[in-house]
Amino acid sequence: MISQEAAERGGRQVAVRGGRPLARRRVIATEAARQAVYRLRAVRGPLMFVQSAGCCGGSAPMCFPAGEYLTGPGDILLGRIAGCPFYMDARQYRAWHPELLVLDVEAGMPEGFSLAAGEGLHFVTRTQA
Amino acid sequence: MRYAQPGQPGSVVSVSPRYENFIDGKWVSPAQGQYMTNLAPATATPICEVAKSTPEDVETALDAAHHAKDDWGQASPAERAKVLTAIADAIDAHRDMLAVAESWENGKPVRETLAADIPLAADHFRYFAAAVRAQETKITEIDAKTIAYHFHEPLGVVGQIIPFNFPILMAAWKIAPALAAGNCTVIKPASATPWSILKLAEVIGHLVPPGVLNIVTGPGGEIGRALAANPRIAKVAFTGETVTGRLIMQYAAQNIIPVTLELGGKSPNIFFSDVMAADDAFLDKAVEGLVLYAFNKGEVCTCPSRALVQEDIYEAFMERALARIAQIKVGDPLDTETMMGPQNSAQQLAKISSYVDIGLAEGATLLAGGHRAAVGGEFADGYFFEPTVLRGHNKMRVFQEEIFGPVLAVTTFKDEAEALAIANDTLYGLGGGVWTRDGSRAFRVGRGIQAGRVWVNCYHQYPAGAAFGGYKVSGIGRETHQMMLEHYSQTKNLLVSYDENPLGFF
Repeated sequence: MISQEAAERGGRQVAVRGGRPLARRRVIATEAARQAVYRLRAVRGPLMFVQSAGCCGGSAPMCFPAGEYLTGPGDILLGRIAGCPFYMDARQYRAWHPELLVLDVEAGMPEGFSLAAGEGLHFVTRTQA
Repeated sequence: MRYAQPGQPGSVVSVSPRYENFIDGKWVSPAQGQYMTNLAPATATPICEVAKSTPEDVETALDAAHHAKDDWGQASPAERAKVLTAIADAIDAHRDMLAVAESWENGKPVRETLAADIPLAADHFRYFAAAVRAQETKITEIDAKTIAYHFHEPLGVVGQIIPFNFPILMAAWKIAPALAAGNCTVIKPASATPWSILKLAEVIGHLVPPGVLNIVTGPGGEIGRALAANPRIAKVAFTGETVTGRLIMQYAAQNIIPVTLELGGKSPNIFFSDVMAADDAFLDKAVEGLVLYAFNKGEVCTCPSRALVQEDIYEAFMERALARIAQIKVGDPLDTETMMGPQNSAQQLAKISSYVDIGLAEGATLLAGGHRAAVGGEFADGYFFEPTVLRGHNKMRVFQEEIFGPVLAVTTFKDEAEALAIANDTLYGLGGGVWTRDGSRAFRVGRGIQAGRVWVNCYHQYPAGAAFGGYKVSGIGRETHQMMLEHYSQTKNLLVSYDENPLGFF
């Protein structure tokens, strides 16, 4: 198991511009997801997450190198996972109105251009009512 | 009839243990020598290995495409049309093989690939072969001695990213107009369905000049990005989800190139009371129209996933619809009697199941299905899900989010105004359906739905010649129509003066 401190040394998370923060945190992660983030960050450097929607691989959280995806005033910062910002489109947020999203990892290929959560693993979001 | 599984004795589809990229008219091994396993969703067992390419392979494909682009771009419309027509003929000649391959890789029932996906793929090539030959340039007479000529020129080399739900048909939608307009293409198939398009390349690859059509398989995070962000492409076309769509626009902004995007929907299917005015063939058609949410096991961007039924017929109409849904045969996708095969992957199955839980937690009522379907035998591990119906209201997440599975969310409305308000209360605007015996109402409501494609008294028809594309976050551009040629062309204006006299300014 990698500690958060050791993981931070592997790749310090930098702030990513844009995205309005919410008053209350709306995303948390399972221990398995946090470990996957630490491992990935040690290899790829700082990361970010964006919740997708729509066709095919919609509903999947996308994991990118930090700053790869440009966020703006139309995006909401739901919270941070091990320091990595997690965003969602504001209109999508209003339509979904999730109480709490939980980032987890599962077997399977990543969707779209997302980084994998490890060999043969991808990130998923679950909803906690 | 049951087709034998690809690679098994008696199958119409041969399977090699391993497939390479198709680049420059040849099968080319990936530079890093890595491969990934491709699974059959009906059994969760491997079909074959395909190249797990890296950005170097994208560059190799782009080299080939750039090498080919001048000759192909200068080929006459008649020469290009001849190639497209030959492709169509080859697809028709190999209909069963391609239908079985696509069905086995995607999970869709072979009755659909035999009757729709493959014949339509051929027809889209024929349509664009005809469209490019019939295309005319425009001349504007500015004044008696000044003429503006407008010529269509190819963009050059384009990047095209194909979704997993129609691995061959969606490829045809994109390849046909791109090649017709004189472009060369580099294609990245979906990571989950890279194989059937390679079987297509086996059939059509030799008909196209080397380098005009290139296919590179592998993970989106590696090669999807390498292709979409590449400064050597002149346009990118993508079908998929919204975040990747936005990312592709962002890359395109950096290179100042155009994009066409198709990003999904949550399409309303509206049933007015008068569909039950008689117990006849039309009512039967309307009932089937509701059940079409199960077409391709719901893995369709335009899946009619929200049924809006006028409240005075709700009970009677749904009784008939649920009876029809109960008759849906779920099982072996290669059995021509099967109506629903497995979902495309384990993650799709997990997602669909989680949405049913979300719907129930929000107070929706389960009217049918809701669980993984038990098919048994050799399909015990397949990703099958029951055709499912949830009753609720439009603010629920199951009415707002694209589930991409056989899950119908049904609600009621009082009148036309409420039907339209519900129909348009969505982020998306790809498709919609209107069912009524009243032609005036059909026109009004059809025009009132904010979506690029509204079917009236039909659904899920995708003929070449009818424009397809989205409003709102559903995307940009119109496919399956000759206007797509414009999305793959530059306009060259030659402004010519036939006046021999000077302007007189200097």
